[in-house]
Amino acid sequence: MDITSPTFKQNAREALADRQLQRALGHVRAGFIDKRAKAVAELPEFDALRDAARDIKNHTLAHLDLYLEAYEDRLRAAGGEVHYAETAASARDIILSICQRIDARTVTKGKSMIAEEIGLNEFFEEHGIAPVETDLGEYIIQLRHEAPSHIIAPAVHLTKDQVEASFREAHTSLPPDRDLSEPTELLNEARSVLRQRFMAADVGITGANFLVAETGTSVIVTNEGNGDLTQILPRVHIVIASIEKITPTLNDVGQIIRLLSRSATGQDISVYTTFSTGPRRPEDPDGPEEYHVIILDNGRTEMLGSEFKEALRCIRCGACMNHCPIYQAIGGHAYGWVYPGPIGAVLTPEFIGVDQAGNLPNASTFCGRCEAVCPMRIPLPNLMRHWREREFERHLSPAAARYGLGFWAFFAKRPRLYQWATRWAMRVLGNRAIGKGRYASLPLAGGWTKYRDFPAPEGRTFQEMWAAKRVAR
Amino acid sequence: MSDRDIVLGKVRRALAVDSGDVGRRAITIARLEGTPRGVIPARGQLPHEEQVALFIKMAEKVSSSVVRVGETGEVPRAVAEYLRKHNLPATLRIGDDPLFADMPWGETQIEMSHGPSDGNDAVGLSHAVGGVAETGTLVLTSGPDNPTTINFLPETHVVVIKATEIAGDYESAFDALRERYGRNSLPRTVNFVTGPSRSGDIEQTILLGAHGPRRLHIVVVG
Repeated sequence: MDITSPTFKQNAREALADRQLQRALGHVRAGFIDKRAKAVAELPEFDALRDAARDIKNHTLAHLDLYLEAYEDRLRAAGGEVHYAETAASARDIILSICQRIDARTVTKGKSMIAEEIGLNEFFEEHGIAPVETDLGEYIIQLRHEAPSHIIAPAVHLTKDQVEASFREAHTSLPPDRDLSEPTELLNEARSVLRQRFMAADVGITGANFLVAETGTSVIVTNEGNGDLTQILPRVHIVIASIEKITPTLNDVGQIIRLLSRSATGQDISVYTTFSTGPRRPEDPDGPEEYHVIILDNGRTEMLGSEFKEALRCIRCGACMNHCPIYQAIGGHAYGWVYPGPIGAVLTPEFIGVDQAGNLPNASTFCGRCEAVCPMRIPLPNLMRHWREREFERHLSPAAARYGLGFWAFFAKRPRLYQWATRWAMRVLGNRAIGKGRYASLPLAGGWTKYRDFPAPEGRTFQEMWAAKRVAR
Repeated sequence: MSDRDIVLGKVRRALAVDSGDVGRRAITIARLEGTPRGVIPARGQLPHEEQVALFIKMAEKVSSSVVRVGETGEVPRAVAEYLRKHNLPATLRIGDDPLFADMPWGETQIEMSHGPSDGNDAVGLSHAVGGVAETGTLVLTSGPDNPTTINFLPETHVVVIKATEIAGDYESAFDALRERYGRNSLPRTVNFVTGPSRSGDIEQTILLGAHGPRRLHIVVVG
């Protein structure tokens, strides 16, 4: 996909001015946040489970090589094939060679962020294979040639009317005067169109929420049932998953699924949690004849050995973006690559480079809501701060910010001068605004005063008040 | 070097470990064999009869419909009544599960057909090997007895579960699977099903019947 992260600021400006988008984003706040809060309140053990889940992932990451090997052994024993891919290109090549060997024409796909990460759909199209997204949201954005704007609700940026327009444009064999004014009618139309695609597909590709070392199993968590039809109907089922999806035991999966759906959609558990182990057995009347699992690294081993290791605990629930004031204001596309929101601000610089994505970890108010709701207790603001440090070290921050910081540091390193200067500045700003109490414009603060007034200081500096308080005590 | 060796090598370098470390291996083997249970919510830790009641309550909360009958012999009439009430055709697609073979289907007008679904069946009938009270979740396993396609293709899915097969939590359901299929192995597909299929992808409005069944009806026996 096209990377637009470098123009983040421009993207954000456009997103703020996009009225359709702003209307669609209105559904995010009530839909996700309230439902999550209710589900969490109904489970007194939620925080204890967060601790348990964090510990499971930390333990797994510390023994990742061994759990990968154990997983492989079990999966081979069940008749499945394992393929490692160091890079996105290598993953694409493995998938293509499997598809070409069986002469596949159409491929159905369950929702997979890894498939987005490796740009699988474009790659298929270049090689004459038609990929069909089957998750309703993914199907809608595929029709519109768009990227997902949310990791669990890919079409969250669209309104019902936009979906209707896309269906009318794409499903030309249906009567043009049909009624599509209700979401139910849109859903039914997608259901019947996609049912034919499911039946015709040669290969089904899904992601995985977990790869279970105990049994050699891949697990998908879905609501629609499309992932299941994707993996049981075609001759070949390919799973594409990254190394950190390894989970030691089924019981460990049980701990984490109690967090996943509650954090994502506010459900106690999603409708379908499906455990797949190998191809169909000799006595089975249905299921795929071949089962392949592609285990992708694509830069994750570098994260494992760095200060960004904790981001590998992420289970892709989307809670951080749902609760992020920046995401709520601009949606997912402005972030410019596959993963939006706070977790995207941490992952994207790793994948496409901090020189390309340096704006993302800066697009945060550090309010801390993302960390407060993260089921895996990932310290997202801290990880974003690490990127800001790296950006500064590599002289990638804008000149104004660097000079500004240098200017401030000059005073900050000289406490007496600093106190004198701030005192003086407060007095001047305070005196000049007498009667108004605010500034409509200020030199060097245009970025602030363009959108709101700058309140004039009243009285003394923080340090003066602090000192006075200490004396009083 | 293969991608496998490269990736595993990079993992070990990142962790600063080497593959011959016996102590680390022992730790992972202990976890894989010991399968520790972790934090189990109190919600499902109840006397069995209350677990069955919780299972029914939670299943109804996610829009499954539930009926309870006294014994297996009553299942055909309960299913026939459900189909009649919802104006559904009196046909059922089933696998070879012996539980169904012994039931008096002759007492009803239902037409039975056997084997996996090809998408042309209005109603499928399955036997769940387990249930989880905590969330009203059914546990279904693949194989000739209950082909997985029946769980997803028909618009209406009717599932029979024995009350004795309902447990409090997921971990107990996993234990039951380990007992039935042996440790370290599972059938090709295990489906945890909690309610009929749904989607919230259009303006966050939850709609039932996305790609899987529009209706999920559970018959609890005993």
